[in-house]
Amino acid sequence: MKKVAVIVSALCMLIAPLAGIAANPDQDLKNFRKHFTEKFSSVPLQDFTNGVYSVDKASREQWEAFEDFPPYEIFVDKGNVLFNKAFKNGKTYASCFPKAKKGIKQNYPFFDKKRGEVVTLELAINECRKKNGEKPLKYKKGKMAHLSAYIAYKSRGHKGNVKITSTPESMAWYDRGKKHFYAKRGQLNMSCADCHYYNAGNKIRADILSPALGHTSHFPVYRNKWSLASASGDGMGTLHRRYGGCNKQVRAKPFKAQSKEYRSLEYFHTFMSNGLTMNGPGIRK
Amino acid sequence: MNTKRRSFIKNSAAAGAFGVAVSAGLITPRAVMAAWPKAAFAATDVDAAITGAFGSSATTESADIALKAPEIAENGAVVPITVTSKIAGTESISLLISKNPTPLTATFKMGEGAEGFVSTRVKMSKTSDLVVVVKANGKLYSAKKEVKVTIGGCGG
Amino acid sequence: MAKSIKVRAKVKGGTTVVKALISHAMETGLRKNKKTGKKFPAHFIQEVTCSHNGKDVLTADWGTAISKNPYLSFKFKGAKSGDTLKMSWVDNKGESDSVEAKIK
Ligand code: HEC
Repeated sequence: MKKVAVIVSALCMLIAPLAGIAANPDQDLKNFRKHFTEKFSSVPLQDFTNGVYSVDKASREQWEAFEDFPPYEIFVDKGNVLFNKAFKNGKTYASCFPKAKKGIKQNYPFFDKKRGEVVTLELAINECRKKNGEKPLKYKKGKMAHLSAYIAYKSRGHKGNVKITSTPESMAWYDRGKKHFYAKRGQLNMSCADCHYYNAGNKIRADILSPALGHTSHFPVYRNKWSLASASGDGMGTLHRRYGGCNKQVRAKPFKAQSKEYRSLEYFHTFMSNGLTMNGPGIRK
Repeated sequence: MNTKRRSFIKNSAAAGAFGVAVSAGLITPRAVMAAWPKAAFAATDVDAAITGAFGSSATTESADIALKAPEIAENGAVVPITVTSKIAGTESISLLISKNPTPLTATFKMGEGAEGFVSTRVKMSKTSDLVVVVKANGKLYSAKKEVKVTIGGCGG
Repeated sequence: MAKSIKVRAKVKGGTTVVKALISHAMETGLRKNKKTGKKFPAHFIQEVTCSHNGKDVLTADWGTAISKNPYLSFKFKGAKSGDTLKMSWVDNKGESDSVEAKIK
């Protein structure tokens, strides 16, 4: 698979500028979506945003019980407080994210042409802090995850709207992400696709594998597992924290949160769920 | 979290300041009488826990207690449970988890107007029986259900 | 600052359904700190009280096996929309919190 993906994307890189068509993210998206909607023909498209619960009835009931009053609400509240608290200079996050209260998460990540790189919401949050003379936050959990959860909550109901700008530079980011998704890695020699594309719905040890379609719509996420590991019961984590966990599962060395590698992966991964409704933050086991 | 520290409760037992707190109206007499049943919560088997809480472990199984819990818990640390008791005059509902180090998990006491219903989330260390004890009209009734707990080995 | 208790209460057909979420670590006292090998001391809510018009509608004694960030739901009769519901908890360290919520 790795070879195929590499060759295909390399070809696309060549053809795209010539034929004037993108390296075909739109076609990728169609195929990606089709794979899942055919494989799980009884699952309505929008239900894929519910992760493993879209394909596993048994655990769905428990998840619905959690959703009745989900613990992530505690952290959305914390994020709300942080978002509206003034920096030392008197400004707030609203100065960087004027539309946050109406929903902005659906547009992240995006390719910033001027800078020539992909910007995620968490990166933008830290850049906002820097601009206002504040120290950066850690990317995987804590306050960053609370702020991200608040913004995700305010973005509920919007449809994923990641734009793949078709410049050679942005396509290189997209392709790097796509390659990461299909590349086998780690001692177990498995790709994201092996688990979440080809084997979605199948069991691996005590887990049922979630379909990659809709994977990103509910991030950041509160995991009961993460809450257990935290002294205060804070189970919130960002998408890159999750990526790190999934890399570790196949005994591969995880990349750093917000590294070029993970931002590329997020760019591809989130684009594949375009058109699905944002429902963050979520709760998972 | 904005936790107000009521340190006088902690200190009171040692310092004998309990009476002071009561007379100052800081603690209502009800709260003083209904002390947390330490022995029942420390008991390491179900019968001892029920005896600790109610003075007897003799319960009658009742079909009027509906117990909703998953067959297989997705994560033993957070198992959603709902109990509905149709027994007239339900005074309290207790939850016990047979294989937990200390089985007694909670006792919910129905006050004025409260229905025989409670829903919560509990920790189960391994596959065990979930036992519900309902106290009504001075008698004890019970129901149970097994919940399987698998160890999630591969969850990242 | 945010309170540790979030309450939702709604009357329907004479019955008030109360749902609450409490932010609390609920440490069992058995969990080990991976770095030091020492156990985290037990820290858990022992008593929860919920009252309406000065009368207790539900009181609960909890042990360590109630999940982290506890959830509690119960039902009672006798309240109407606009009434106030009071909920409070006390834990084994003597910490406590309380909140008032309007019934919808
Ligand atoms: C060995 C199999 C395996 C591989 C390889 C793997 N994962 Fe996972 N992943 C899991 C399991 C198991 C879970 C937890 C159950 C679930 O939601 O699928 C999970 C969960 C996730 C979730 C959370 C889903 C949700 O609904 O919250 C995301 C996102 C994710 N994986 C992304 C990835 C990405 C990206 C890669 C490649 C870097 C990857 N995974 C590689 C097994 C795997």
